Amino acid sequence: MKGIRPRQRVTQSNWADYFAARAQRAQDGALKQFFAAPLPDPETPISQVPLVALDMETTGLDERHHGIVSIGVVPFTLDRIKLSERRYWVVKPPRPLDEASIAYHHITHSEIAEAPDLEDILDELLGALEGRLVVVHFRNIERPFLDTAVKERRGEGVMFPMIDTMSLEARLHRQTLWARFRRWLGRPPVSIRLHASRDRYGLPAYQGHHALVDALATAELLQAQIAHRYTPDTPLKSLWC
Amino acid sequence: MDVELLEIRQHMGQFPPFDGLSDELLDAIAGQVEVRYFKTGSDILVLNEVLNELCYIRSGAVEVYRRKGELYNRLVEGDIFGHFSLLRNHKVRFPATAIEDTLIYFIPDSIFQRLCEEDDDFADFVELERPRLETVAEQQKKSNDMMVTRIRRLVTSYPVMVESTTTVQDAAKQISDAQASAVLVIDDGNSNPRYSFQDSEGKTWQMCGILTDSDFRTRVVAEGLSPQTPIGDVISERLITIQSDASIYEAMLTMLRSNVHHLPVLYRQRPVGVVHLSDIIRYETHSGLYLVSNIFNQSSAQGLAKLAADVRAAFVRMVQEGANSQMIGSALSTIGRSFTRRLLELAEEKLGPPPVPYCFMVNGSMARNEQGIVTDQDNALILSDDFQPDQHDEYFQALATYVSNGLDACGYTYCKGDVMATNRQWRQPLRVWKSYFQDWMANPTPEKLLHSSIFFDLDSIYGEDHYVEALQDLIARTAPTSPLFLAAMARNALNRTPPLGFFRTFVMEKDGKHNNSINLKRRGTAPMVDLIRVHALACGSKAQNSFQRLNDISQTQLLATGVSDKLSYAFEFLCMSRLRHQMIDLQEERTPDNNIEPENVADSERHTLKDAFQVLSNAQKFLTFRYPVPAQRQGR
Repeated sequence: MKGIRPRQRVTQSNWADYFAARAQRAQDGALKQFFAAPLPDPETPISQVPLVALDMETTGLDERHHGIVSIGVVPFTLDRIKLSERRYWVVKPPRPLDEASIAYHHITHSEIAEAPDLEDILDELLGALEGRLVVVHFRNIERPFLDTAVKERRGEGVMFPMIDTMSLEARLHRQTLWARFRRWLGRPPVSIRLHASRDRYGLPAYQGHHALVDALATAELLQAQIAHRYTPDTPLKSLWC
Repeated sequence: MDVELLEIRQHMGQFPPFDGLSDELLDAIAGQVEVRYFKTGSDILVLNEVLNELCYIRSGAVEVYRRKGELYNRLVEGDIFGHFSLLRNHKVRFPATAIEDTLIYFIPDSIFQRLCEEDDDFADFVELERPRLETVAEQQKKSNDMMVTRIRRLVTSYPVMVESTTTVQDAAKQISDAQASAVLVIDDGNSNPRYSFQDSEGKTWQMCGILTDSDFRTRVVAEGLSPQTPIGDVISERLITIQSDASIYEAMLTMLRSNVHHLPVLYRQRPVGVVHLSDIIRYETHSGLYLVSNIFNQSSAQGLAKLAADVRAAFVRMVQEGANSQMIGSALSTIGRSFTRRLLELAEEKLGPPPVPYCFMVNGSMARNEQGIVTDQDNALILSDDFQPDQHDEYFQALATYVSNGLDACGYTYCKGDVMATNRQWRQPLRVWKSYFQDWMANPTPEKLLHSSIFFDLDSIYGEDHYVEALQDLIARTAPTSPLFLAAMARNALNRTPPLGFFRTFVMEKDGKHNNSINLKRRGTAPMVDLIRVHALACGSKAQNSFQRLNDISQTQLLATGVSDKLSYAFEFLCMSRLRHQMIDLQEERTPDNNIEPENVADSERHTLKDAFQVLSNAQKFLTFRYPVPAQRQGR
C-alpha cells in the first residue's frame, strides 16, 4: 500500500474510556450522541455484536490531500446481512480534485458540484453507525478520512473501534511462521486485498470499487472469516482494533 | 431502485424461476435480500425449524435431505430451496446442509408470496411438488422459447466501455483482453438523456456509440487511420440498443431490422452487456433468426430454394412453442422479406447496378407483417421519376423476373392476380404510382377496387424507402376525405362473409375437394383484414399491420368503445386457428392449406370460433352503415 503514511496507532484497550471522555467533552450534538451510545463489552461474543460494514471511495490515499467521494453502509450480524437497511451516499470532496485523480476516478468538477457535502449527510451516517461495531477492509482509509473530514466540519474528529477484515487476513497470511517461511523462500506475499481474500473463502467475485458493493463484500468476508478461523463465541476484544 | 444492487439482480435474473420476472420484480427482490455465509458442512436449514425465507444459492453447493436423512436433492448456484415449507406451515421439512462454502441470499416470505401472486410462471415453478429435474425439463422447453425468454439471459459479462478520447489501439487491446467483440464508447456529455447513466461513483456518463470488430476493419484499418485516433472520431452516430427485459425474439428482430450484429443491452439507461448475433444463434440454432442469417449467406437462388423446408420447420416450432399470431406473422414476414432482399442483392450482382434508383415494394400479407406458411407473392416496383422505359425497363424487367422466379422456387408462389413486379403495369415510376392511387381514390367503383385493394397494404423492403412512404402519405391524406372510395372499399369488404350457424349447420365450401371443411382465410381472416383496412383508411392511419391499425382506430371515434378490442381478439383467434391447422397439416405430411377439418377442431375451439365469426359478422353489418354510398352518386 504505497502512499499510506504511518499513523499513530490507536489501541483497543482504552476504547470505553475514550468514548466516555468524548461523550463528556463533545460540543457537537450528533457526536455527543454517537459517543454516548454504549460500546459492547470487549468480552462479548462476536455473534452477539450488532455490526455494520462501511466502505468509502476516496480521491486518493492521503486524507490531508484527498477527499471522500462515496460511502456505503450495510448493517449486519453473523447471522444476516441486511441489504434492505443499506445506505449509500455520493458526496462532494472539499478539496479541489487534481487531474490525476480525475483520470483515476472519472469524476469531473461538474459532477462533484451536484453532490451534497459530507456535512449534509454526516448526522445520518453517524446514526447508521451508532450502536454498531464498524467493519471495514483496511481501516487506514476509513478511519483517518472520516476523522479528518468530521474534524474539518464539526471542529472535533471521530474515532471508533473497528474490525478490519484485511488485518484479520494479514494475521493469517502475513504474520505467521508460514508467511515468514514463504518470504524467506522469496515467494510473493499472499494478497490480502478484498477480492483475493474473498476468493480464498469461496465467495463470488463482485464488481469492485463501489462503496456499497464493497461494504456488502466486506460483511460477507467477515462472516466467512469467523466461520473458518474463529467461532461465534470469539470475544470482540480479539477482533477489533 | 438504486443501481448498486445490479450485482444481485443480474445474478438472479439468469436463473429460473427468476429469469422470467420483470425487471421491476427483480429489483424488489434484490433490495430485500439478506445474506449469510455458510462454511462447508454447516447446517443451513434444520428440520422443524421455523422458516420465513426462501433460500437462493449465490455460490457454493447444498444438499437437501428427507426427514429420515435420505438425500433428496443436491443443489448449486442459482437454485432455490425452502419453498415447500413456505407454501405449507413454515416449518422446515427438508433440512439443508452446505457441502461447499456457500453464500445464501435469503428472500423474505413477504416477497416470496408477492412473487407467487404476481407471476404465474413463478407460482407454477414453486408450487409443483415434484423432482426438480422434471420441472427443469419443462422449464427448459419454455425457456427455449425465444418469445418469452428475456435477452438479459444471454448477457454473460459486463460490456467493455471506453471513453471517447481513448485511442482505437487501446480500445482494441481492451476488447482483446476481455475476449469481447465490441466496445461501448461513452463520454461525459448529457446531450442524449436516453443513454445517460451513472457509474458506481455517481458520475453521469452517456453512451455515444459502439465499435465492433468489423468496424475496426472498415472504419479504422481500411481507412488507413492511425492507431492513435480517438475512438470517438470513428464511431457512427447511429446507436441501436435493446432493453434487458425485451425478449430474445425482439432482439433478433431489432438486429434484422437495423442490420446490426451487436446490440448493447440496457437496463433502463445503463448498459449491462452486449449481445452478438452469434449469442442468439448459439442459443437457438433452429430459430427463424438462424434461418435469416442463413438466407443472407446464400450465394445463389438455388441455395435459397433449399431453405424452404427450414421455413416450415421454424413455423411448426413457433406454433408449438405458443407464439401468438403477431409473432409468427412478423417472423415469417421477416423471413419472406429476407428472401426477397437476398434475391434482389443477387439480381443486382448479376445484372449490375440499377440504371435509376428504385424501391421494391411488397403488398398484401408481407406488407402487413402477417405472412403465413401458405402464401403467394405480391410485389411491385416503384421506379425513380427519371425512369425511361426504352432505356431502363429491360433491366427492371430482368430484375423482377429473377426475383419472382426465385421467390416461387422458395415456396412463395406466383400471384394468381398477377400483382408482381414482372407485370409491366406494376413496374412504374413513382409519379405513375401516385396517379394510380389518386385514380383509385377519386374515381372508385367496387369493381375497379376489387383487384387493387391489395395495394392499400404496402411497404418497402429494398431500395428507396421514401417512394413507398410518399404513397402511404398520399393515401393517409386523401382516403379519410373520400367517402365514395371508403364506401366502395366497404362494399368489397362484405364480399366474403363468415359462416354463422357453425355447430349443426357447419358451413362447408362446396367447391371440390374441401367439401367437409371451411376455408378459414376466405371466411375469416381475409374479410377481417378487409374490414380493418377500411376503418384504418378512414382514420388516416399509416399502419399496415392489422393489430396496429386496430390500435390507431381505437384512438378515434369510428367504432364504439371496446369494439376494436373485440375485433383484435377475434382476429387473433382466427389467425391462430388457421396457423394451428396448418401446423397439423405439416406434421401429418399433408400440404398445408387454409382449410380446417371439423374433426380437427376441439370443442373449445369450435366455441370460440363461433364467437369470433359472430364478432366479424356484426362488424361487417356496421360497415355498410358507417360508410354509406354518398346520396347523389347512388344508383350509378
